[in-house]
Amino acid sequence: MKPRPFDYLRPDTVEEALVALAEHGEGARILAGGQSLVAMLNFRLLEPLLLIDIARIAALDYIRVEGGALEVGAAVTQNRLLAYPGLGSEAPLLALALPWVGHFQTRNRGTVCGSLAHADPSAEIPLALAVLGGEVVLRSVRGERRVAATDFQAGMLATARAPDELLVAARFPLRADRRAAFRETARRHGDFAIVAVAAVVEPDGSVRLGVGGIADRPSVRRIEPRGAAAVAAAVNDFAWDLGGYDDMHASPRYRRDLLRRMGTAVIDEALQCAA
Amino acid sequence: MRRVSRAERADIRFTLNGRAVAAAAEPRMLLSDFLRDALGATGTHVGCEHGICGCCTVLIDGAACRACLTFAVQVEGRTVATVESLAEDGKLNKLQQAFQDHHALQCGFCTPGILMSFTDFLGRIPDPSESQVRDVLSGHLCRCTGYDGLIRAVLAAARHHRDEKAP
Repeated sequence: MKPRPFDYLRPDTVEEALVALAEHGEGARILAGGQSLVAMLNFRLLEPLLLIDIARIAALDYIRVEGGALEVGAAVTQNRLLAYPGLGSEAPLLALALPWVGHFQTRNRGTVCGSLAHADPSAEIPLALAVLGGEVVLRSVRGERRVAATDFQAGMLATARAPDELLVAARFPLRADRRAAFRETARRHGDFAIVAVAAVVEPDGSVRLGVGGIADRPSVRRIEPRGAAAVAAAVNDFAWDLGGYDDMHASPRYRRDLLRRMGTAVIDEALQCAA
Repeated sequence: MRRVSRAERADIRFTLNGRAVAAAAEPRMLLSDFLRDALGATGTHVGCEHGICGCCTVLIDGAACRACLTFAVQVEGRTVATVESLAEDGKLNKLQQAFQDHHALQCGFCTPGILMSFTDFLGRIPDPSESQVRDVLSGHLCRCTGYDGLIRAVLAAARHHRDEKAP
């Protein structure tokens, strides 16, 4: 398989990348780890005129705590974040979710921000960012803006990123209550999730439940843990509101059933784990 | 800033198995094809060409990666290791020998990629559990379904390494 011919640009700075993006807009694609993009290029599902390789931009290769959030630059790979020593204490949900992202071999190159920009509806990193109430940082020659995760992902493989914008960082909020849980059902560990669920506990004792793989983007709902029957009813309402989609792996009905079973389990698990 | 136009065949230079190599390639040339067709390093196998099967797994700066999801131009200046780097003085290394001893290959098509994955993994986790080995193996497809032999071989190689290190 061969992608269609494209021009290749490997800028050394963010500014050089932004100028190229401003010039080429929708004809250009950002290449970071390439673990989703190159497969799509090989199939010619995408035929960009220009690839802008940001993997060697040193200014995008950082993990730091800033302004109440764990900020991850666009050149950071998934395995690098997984190996970050503070991950378990600063973002326990990420420590639980990242091992489910692809395989060991794809996490070595795949980036955290690349997964967000790709916006697969069943992907784990967009789900974690949405449940945590995080945001992405978008930069262009026009300036910089921050967009909440729930506004950023606009649908199946679609985001609010303008054609001249570069997703430079993701911000995962640090939470006072560290209780979190994550579960996923897939045909094989490392494959795309059929349904993935994540839960974190809010300061008032309610639970933020997020689900991927059922709607065209991750969805989040606040659930009050007022007994097993009330939780089951609330998760059931959530499942019916989202509906679920049909593909070769699962029917909408099966996806709703997975959400009912895993959603209630992940809420219990989050509430019971040590704060 | 590095710039290569689509029709240009750029001079791609990197270190392959400890030796400096160079060959010409368009930007769209995948590393898997570049290794086999431009450099003649045919130990790296090409299966699915979209990152699923793991046959083309090589080490880039020591980390196991899919060569079919990487363009040759992306590894300029980097260090790449393929299955050809494993044998020592014409003899199988410990991991390869364990594969032979524990019947970890049948047709052998998937073997080069699996060897490279576990070369990286055992370097990081020298004493893995069976479930950790299974997790890494989930990034590969063996159509002969020889997974049990593979798991036995990797655990035996790790054990062998541990026994050698013991005082």
